[in-house]
Amino acid sequence: MEIKNAVAGTLESGDIMIQIGPGKGLDINLKSSVEAQFGSQIRSLIRETLSGLGITDASVNAVDKGALDCTIRARVTAAAVRASGVDVWKD
Amino acid sequence: MMFVPGNNPGMMQDAHIYGPDCIMLDLEDSVTMAEKDAARLLVHNALKSIDYGGTEMVVRINPLSTPYGRKDVEAVVKAGVDVIRMPKTETADEVRELEAEILKVETELGCVGRTRIMAAIESALGIVNAHAIATASPRMMGIALGAEDYTANLKTQRSASGAELLLARETIVVAARAAGICCFDTVYSNLDDMDTFRKEVELVKTLGFDGKSIINPRQIEVVNEVFTPSEKEILKARTILAAIKEAQAKGSGVIAVNGKMVDRPVVIRAERTIALALAAGVINKEDLQ
Repeated sequence: MEIKNAVAGTLESGDIMIQIGPGKGLDINLKSSVEAQFGSQIRSLIRETLSGLGITDASVNAVDKGALDCTIRARVTAAAVRASGVDVWKD
Repeated sequence: MMFVPGNNPGMMQDAHIYGPDCIMLDLEDSVTMAEKDAARLLVHNALKSIDYGGTEMVVRINPLSTPYGRKDVEAVVKAGVDVIRMPKTETADEVRELEAEILKVETELGCVGRTRIMAAIESALGIVNAHAIATASPRMMGIALGAEDYTANLKTQRSASGAELLLARETIVVAARAAGICCFDTVYSNLDDMDTFRKEVELVKTLGFDGKSIINPRQIEVVNEVFTPSEKEILKARTILAAIKEAQAKGSGVIAVNGKMVDRPVVIRAERTIALALAAGVINKEDLQ
């Protein structure tokens, strides 16, 4: 699957900004105010969401502002859809 | 019914804390075209994951005539939304088109009949067709006034008195009652003028609306105060219902309470007062034993 550069999310409280670009394997770089408590959980949620969409090669930059799991899943999916051009909602 | 932008996760995760009866996550006017895809995913995931308690969850979708409407329906039905709000509804055919779209997704999921429809009426044509819209589908649970677009369509502006909305409001209440569904009034967006807001809520309650749309948690208290029956009203309703129960036991249809005749319409109003008091939580079923 070809991956282009794409972004989803904001830097507002309760949100997470996800930047996806081409890469080898899944390389996830995370900045979060709750890194110590939830860093590994956020990374594995990003990895799991991308794998579920069939994306195994991508570079991801994530800036977390205290997003819930459902927001992280939504933002990663939105960025992935924009990067790959494959929509999750079929017509 | 509190409006919450569907592209703001912070607001979406906290909205139910303020205790609105109903939350409407918006995918339409509050979301720019560039963010429609991301908002749809946010709303889908929020509905699936956040525990909104007993709050009724509504999503305002984009019109089916846009490239976003059908995807919105799929996303929110798959997430188990209670009600889909149709914006800018003008004809019964539009409701039936949405109904068919919902049915398609529900059939795939095996949950036919789960999703209800609320139609927002926001134009002169919609008001003319209000009853046809209200009766267009068994899924219809309510109709609502969208006053901003409606006043623009009428070529007028909103005023403090609401004179320009009177016919639309009365038409919506009558159409909803004739169809046996609920009716909801429009938003009032000046948060700095709570006095005019309260007057508007009092007006729509008098007209017969079931509720008011709001845009900020600060407005919840006023709506609840106006719509919740007072202790005096509850006492009067309970006295009437007790008296009529006693009269029925004796085989009499018409009685007097405090010197005033009590007949069927008075009983219906008393039952409505008790139903509202129960819904507002100021009395409970045990109190009525």
